[in-house]
Amino acid sequence: MKILLEHIDKPGIQSIDGYIKNGGYRSVEKALKQLSPDQLVEEVKTSGLRGRGGAGFPTGMKWSFLDKKSDKPKYLVCNADESEPGTFKDRYLMEHIPHLLIEGMIVSSFALTAKTSYIYVRGEMMYIIRILEKAIAEAYAKGYLGKNILGSGYDLDLYVQAGGGAYICGEETALLESLEGKRGNPRNKPPFPAVWGLYGCPTVVNNVETIAAVPWIVNNGGAAYAGIGIGKSTGTKLISACGNINKPGVYEIELGLPVEEFIYSETYCGGIANGRELKAVVAGGSSVPILPKNLILKTANQDARLMSYESLSDGGFISGTMLGSGGFIVFDDQSCIVRNLWNFTRFYHHESCGQCSPCREGTGWMEKVLHRIEHGHGKLTDIDLLVDVAKKIEGKTICPLGEAAAWPVASAIRHFRDEFEAHVRNPESCNARHLHFETAMSH
Amino acid sequence: MENLLKVTIDGKSIEVPPGTTILQAARQLGGNYPPAMCYYSSLKDTGGKCRVCLVKVAQTSETNPRPMPKLVASCLTRVEQGMVVENQSSPEVLEARNGVVEFLLINHPLDCPVCDQAGECDLQNLSYEHGTEGTRYEEQRREFNKIDIGPYVQLHMTRCILCYRCVYAAEQLTDSRVHGVLNRGDVSEISTYIQNAIDKDFSGNIIDVCPVGALTDKTYRFKQRVWFSKPFNAHRSCAKCSGQTIAWMKGDAIIRITARKNAFGEVEDFICNECRFEHKQLSDWTIEGPRDMGEDSVISANKYELPVISPAVNVDAKFVSE
Repeated sequence: MKILLEHIDKPGIQSIDGYIKNGGYRSVEKALKQLSPDQLVEEVKTSGLRGRGGAGFPTGMKWSFLDKKSDKPKYLVCNADESEPGTFKDRYLMEHIPHLLIEGMIVSSFALTAKTSYIYVRGEMMYIIRILEKAIAEAYAKGYLGKNILGSGYDLDLYVQAGGGAYICGEETALLESLEGKRGNPRNKPPFPAVWGLYGCPTVVNNVETIAAVPWIVNNGGAAYAGIGIGKSTGTKLISACGNINKPGVYEIELGLPVEEFIYSETYCGGIANGRELKAVVAGGSSVPILPKNLILKTANQDARLMSYESLSDGGFISGTMLGSGGFIVFDDQSCIVRNLWNFTRFYHHESCGQCSPCREGTGWMEKVLHRIEHGHGKLTDIDLLVDVAKKIEGKTICPLGEAAAWPVASAIRHFRDEFEAHVRNPESCNARHLHFETAMSH
Repeated sequence: MENLLKVTIDGKSIEVPPGTTILQAARQLGGNYPPAMCYYSSLKDTGGKCRVCLVKVAQTSETNPRPMPKLVASCLTRVEQGMVVENQSSPEVLEARNGVVEFLLINHPLDCPVCDQAGECDLQNLSYEHGTEGTRYEEQRREFNKIDIGPYVQLHMTRCILCYRCVYAAEQLTDSRVHGVLNRGDVSEISTYIQNAIDKDFSGNIIDVCPVGALTDKTYRFKQRVWFSKPFNAHRSCAKCSGQTIAWMKGDAIIRITARKNAFGEVEDFICNECRFEHKQLSDWTIEGPRDMGEDSVISANKYELPVISPAVNVDAKFVSE
C-alpha cells in the first residue's frame, strides 16, 4: 500500500502538469469547494494520522488545539528542517514529488484558516529550496495559491524559508524563533505554539510527511486511512534505511510491517550487507534508544516486533525504543557501538543551542568521556559516569534535545555494556581495529 | 476581589493571585524557596534557562490530581487552584538540582580567590548548598579569548553561566543593546559584535544582574574583598534614576557604587551609569546608614560605624545615632 510514493516514478511528476495528470491537486478542489475547515480537522482526527517528525502526536488533535477564536492571524508552518542523523525521508519526498507537499500545505492551511504559511527548509538543502520555489511558482500560476483560490474566496500565500544550518531549529519553537529572524533558541512551554506561535499568533507546526499525507485523507476519507496500518499506528510511514544493509533508501511501509521482514525482505533493506550478521538497530533516528538484534526482532515477550509506534516502544526504554522519525540505522556484527555512540554524542554536543545548563554542559561532557573511552584512555568508572550524566540531562531541559542526547547513551550502555568495558580493558585492540577501519574507508 | 489560588509547597500552603508562578509563591512563603540563577522578576522574558529552580508538581490542580510528568521550572510555571509542589521535600528535585549545579561548575574556572564576585556570588552560594567536595570532571575546562567590552565592565567569559540576564537587562534598560550571545552550545559566549563598547547609560546594571563574576565593575577591580567593605545606603539627587544606591566603603573612601538589592538578591531600582561610575567622592552622596545585607551575607558579619563625618559630607540627621 503506497500513499505518499504512489506516483513517485511517474514521468514528469516533479512538474505541476505531470502531477495533475496523476491526480494531483484534487484534494484542493474537494476541500475548498465541498468541505469546511472544521470538517477537515474532523477528517484528519478520524484518520488517526500521527506526527511524522518523531514525537507521533495525533495530528488532528494538534490541529484542534489551535486557537481559532483568536482574532490574530493563524499560521501553518511546515517543519522541513530534517537533520536528524539517519533521517532523509522528507528530503526524498520534497525532491521527487514537491507538489504533494504544496498540495498538503494548501489543504491543511485551509483547515486551519491560515492565510499565510511557511515551509522552513534546512539551509544545507539549497537544491530542495529551489525545487520547492519552482513548484510554488507553478501552483500560483495555476491558481492553487494566491487570492481567491479556485474561486472559493480563500486566499493563501506560501513561502519557503531557508534555515541557517542548525539541528536545533527542527525543534518547533526554535524553528519559530528562527523564522521570526531571531537566534534559534527553543522556547519554554507552555504556552504551546497552538496558542502562542509565530509572532505570538496561533500556529501549527507539522512535519513534511505529515502534511503530505493530508491530500490522500481528504480524497479518500479519514476512515479509509485509519483502515491502513495497525491499531493506533494508522496509515503508512516513510522509513529511511541506512547502515550495513544491501539496499539503503527510502521505503514507504504500511505501519505494522514486521521489523524482521523490513530488514531481510528484498522489497526493503534486502538483508545485511557483505553476508554479515545483524548486531543492532537504531530504529527511529539517532536520538531513539539503540536495540540489539534479539530485542529489535522480537519484544521482551517474544512477540514479533512490528514497525509501529506501539510495538517499537513495547517494553519502554528497558527493552524497547521508538518509531521516531523513521531513520532506520542498521549495524552489522563488525560495527563498533562505542564508536558509533561517540559519533552521535559528538553531533548532539555540536548542535546543543547552549541555552539551558544540563544540555549545554552535559552533551560536551558525555562526548569528551566517550572520546576518551573510544581512544583507549577510558576507565571503568567512566561507564557509570556516562549513565549518570545522561540521567541528569534527561527530563531537565527546555526542549527534547536533552533527551535526544541522553537516550542513545543510556541505551547503548544498557545493552552493550560489555563492549564499553572491552574498550577500557583492551584499548590497543580496538585502536588497531579502528585504524584498520579508517584505512579501509580511505581507499 | 479576584479569586485567590491555593498552592501547597513542601507542605505549607499559601493563597496567591492567578498568574503567580510557583517561585513567586514560594518566595512569599519564605523558608527554603527554590534558587534562581537566570530568572529576574523585574526583567521580562528571563527564566527557564538555568534549571536550578526545577521543582516537582505532585498534583497539577484540584481538578487534575495527576502529577506533571517532568520536573518543571518554578520560575515560569504558574500555580493552579489546589496545586501541590515539592521542592526541598523531594529527593528527585534535590538530585536534579545537584546535577544542574554540577553542570554549572564543570567548566567554571573556580578562580574564586581572585574573583571580585566572591562573597556575593550566587554560584558560590549554590555550590556551597548543592555542590560536592570534588569534581567528576576530568576534561579540560572551557576557555575563551578575552575581549574588551569597554571602560566600565570587565568580562570574564570563563565564569559565565549563560543566564542571559545581562542580555535582557541591556535590551530593556538601555536605549540600544550592543551585546548578546554568539555561537551555540558550550562555546556560546557573551560578546559584542563587531568589537563594541558596552557604555550606554544604565548598562552598568548588567554587573548587578550577573549572578557570577562574569561581569564586574572595572572601576572596582581588585580594590577590596567584598566582605571587608562596608556597605552604606546612600543617595543623591539624580535626574536619570532614583539615585538610591549602596556606597561600598574602604575606610572613608567610596570604592564602589551598586544598586540596592532586595532579600531575593534582585535590584530594587536600576541606577544610571553616572551614579554608578562617576561619583566616588563621599561628598557626592548623602549617607543614610549601614546597609543591612541580610543574615546570609558574609558582609553582615562586619559590625561597623558610620564613616567619620567631615564638614563636606552630608549625612541625614535622622540616620545619625546619638
